[in-house]
Amino acid sequence: MLEVRQVTKRFGELVANDAISLSVAPGQVLALLGENGAGKSTLVSILFGQYRADSGAVLVAGRELPAGDTKAALAAGIGMVHQHFTLAENLSVLDNVMIGQESLLGWHSAAGHYREKLMQIAVDYGLAVTPDALVRDLSVGERQRVEILKALLRGAKYLILDEPTAVLTPGEAQALFATLKRFVAKGLAIIFISHKLSEVLAVSDQIIVLRAGRIVFESRTSNADADALALAMVGKRLAAIDRGGPPKAQALSEPIAITVPVLAIEGISAIRAGRMLIQDASLQINSAEIVAIAGVAGNGQQALADLLCGLMPVSAGSITLAGASAPKDPRGWIDAGVARIPEDRLATGVIADLSLAENAIAHRHRNLSYCRWPRSAGWLQVLDLRKMRQHAQAIISQFDVRCSGVEQTTRTLSGGNIQKFILGRELANHPQLVIANQPTWGLDVGAVNYVHQQLLAVKQRGAAVLLISEDLDEVFTIADRIAVIFQGRLGPALPAAHWSQQQIGLTMAGNG
Amino acid sequence: MRLERRSGHSVAVLVAPLAAIAATLLICALLVAWAGAPIADTYSLLFAGGFGSKFALTETLTRATPLILTGLAAAVAFRARFFNIGAEGQLYVGALAAVACASALDEAQLGLPDGIIFALMIAAALLAGGVLLLGPALLKSKLAVDEVVTTLLSNFIVLLLVSALLDGVMKDPSAMGWPQSVTLRPELELGRLIERTRLHTGFVWALMIALAIALLNRHTAFGFEMRAVGANAQASRFLGMAVDRVTIKTALLSGALAGLAGAFEVAGRTGYVTLDMSPGYGYSGIVVAMLAGLSPVGVVVASVFVAGVLVGADSMSRVVAVPNYIADVIVASSLLTMLIATMLTRYRIRWR
Repeated sequence: MLEVRQVTKRFGELVANDAISLSVAPGQVLALLGENGAGKSTLVSILFGQYRADSGAVLVAGRELPAGDTKAALAAGIGMVHQHFTLAENLSVLDNVMIGQESLLGWHSAAGHYREKLMQIAVDYGLAVTPDALVRDLSVGERQRVEILKALLRGAKYLILDEPTAVLTPGEAQALFATLKRFVAKGLAIIFISHKLSEVLAVSDQIIVLRAGRIVFESRTSNADADALALAMVGKRLAAIDRGGPPKAQALSEPIAITVPVLAIEGISAIRAGRMLIQDASLQINSAEIVAIAGVAGNGQQALADLLCGLMPVSAGSITLAGASAPKDPRGWIDAGVARIPEDRLATGVIADLSLAENAIAHRHRNLSYCRWPRSAGWLQVLDLRKMRQHAQAIISQFDVRCSGVEQTTRTLSGGNIQKFILGRELANHPQLVIANQPTWGLDVGAVNYVHQQLLAVKQRGAAVLLISEDLDEVFTIADRIAVIFQGRLGPALPAAHWSQQQIGLTMAGNG
Repeated sequence: MRLERRSGHSVAVLVAPLAAIAATLLICALLVAWAGAPIADTYSLLFAGGFGSKFALTETLTRATPLILTGLAAAVAFRARFFNIGAEGQLYVGALAAVACASALDEAQLGLPDGIIFALMIAAALLAGGVLLLGPALLKSKLAVDEVVTTLLSNFIVLLLVSALLDGVMKDPSAMGWPQSVTLRPELELGRLIERTRLHTGFVWALMIALAIALLNRHTAFGFEMRAVGANAQASRFLGMAVDRVTIKTALLSGALAGLAGAFEVAGRTGYVTLDMSPGYGYSGIVVAMLAGLSPVGVVVASVFVAGVLVGADSMSRVVAVPNYIADVIVASSLLTMLIATMLTRYRIRWR
């Protein structure tokens, strides 16, 4: 029996966990459901001894664990499978599961012993494994299996899985659920963290919903229904999204805007460090439409985004932007008026240690409108700080960025507010093309909704939007056409209605 | 033990430097006591020797002049995350270029007015320092060669080169065999700021340059680009900045500042180049820049502090039995306490 009693954890003003109590027994799956920022990850970090709770306790089989001690948690049989794997890619599977088990000063390696143990566990739990394969050669699903084996090898009796399906294809997720069922039959207890309702309903025995650090809902899975869970999770009704979409029949009397191709990619390939990242990809995006590129993480999305802002050269094929050959560097893409929303907003989207005022114009600072002297813009121009601040202020108020003012250091804003700020900066000049790479990654529901509405508004104004996303819900919510990327190959962009969830899942796994 | 980021600013930001100085004095008091000297007397002698009289103050400011310039060289480069450790070498080539340019123009007998020759001499020093750093900058931006290694090693090459030149083509025939360059004409030297002291107008120039760099950082596109590239090169590239060009321009500016330090030492103090002209001003500049938190105005304050400690320790060691090496200990430990203090203003320590 693993028990959490009245655990509270604060980070400054924020109460991440507020008097949370729960328990999970052997042979049981407990699902922790909640939005980003609800406090799920904080709670499991406390369970695993990575954080110390401000008050409250974690008990295993009735004995209290020393707080903030991962070793004690491991010894008590708590195993953790992180969302972002903690594997050394250059080592073999066996090396990875052994790390930390052997004494540093030991005379001889116990590899033989651990190999036997690993194979025994693999047989017991029905998990196929190749001990000598290098982790970097494994698929994401296989890597997750290594993480699970690592926990089992340490004698885990309570297995915590943090968003285990986030990186999996639908097929891989089904396989994981089957594995979990076997674990439960063997008497393991499982804590399964997710924000996807369907998964939670399919796999768990008991459900706890967290919101803003509190338990707001608790029920046996057999008694729970999806609508009630969704409401508990979100807490408030969301504004319904108006998809816009193709002109409706009654609108035919009005003149229909003629769509024109904005971006055309023809047979492009990209090679970096000898690896073919994008292979013979073609795509055309017209004005007033949202085209989504769906796919599982790591199938060439980043390379495609880099190609489409000049960060990476094209090794074959051509990119046409508004009828002309596309620029060769980021400067050119910016000057062509393309809005770019990068995947990693803190590392690429903003210069986090500079102020909002500086970030608001960082891509256009050598623009005459921010030049006080001399009369031509250049590297020695004197910046017009007043206009910079005004521009930043306009973005902040128009896009509802919560901050203390334009001089605030960008890093100190929340993720959602930084993303709103980036949207504001990029959309300020009425772009004809928006390239958004994972624009809602890690945002809470309210911010996700806001980003979607902004992208739809841009489309209504007649701009073309390219959405690169790993989130199928997002893709189906706002895209007009969807293409799937798999191992650097881009499929045809077909109307959203053409795809079923099942069909797109198969295509994302390469079986389309 | 772990660090947690503090949420807001606090009074700690103001208290931190004072606490750092107090800690430094405390640490060094142990060494003074170990040497068997009275602590209070030693410190008051040190202070009086650095700042207590007209002579002491002018000596301190004379020493601070090259430190301000090498400190700015380091501050400018470090801000853009270009770690120029080669200011010592750039200082020497700057000094050498100034003398070489002046004597070449004198020999050519073009009849140029002294003002023009002086300006060309300074330009030669700026150029020499900048060009010396161009190599490491290009190697970094084109081939990703680490600039710490290249600039650090370039110091030794330059010093050997200076040694070879001072014993060879640039040797002053009238120096009775000493390895030193010819002496600048008095007309080409910087004027005295205060009569019968060594303080020269180079100090005023250094102050103005510090102010100019502060304005450049805050108000120009180039300053903005240097800060942006230093804070996050990846995002800067994404936002359309030519990161390599910014690095190269920064290197040219940084090297030029260090080269100017050399020219001012020749034109303001020594009059000729010798191998022991700089007691490590290039390296001390790094300490100064770090003490100042890379702020150009802070560099001026830190330079005066470091120079005062060096001058004061010399004078103090003539009275009490504490070696003047205590100056190095004070400067080094003040850097460490300052870095710790700055960190503590940003993070709080949680003991488990």
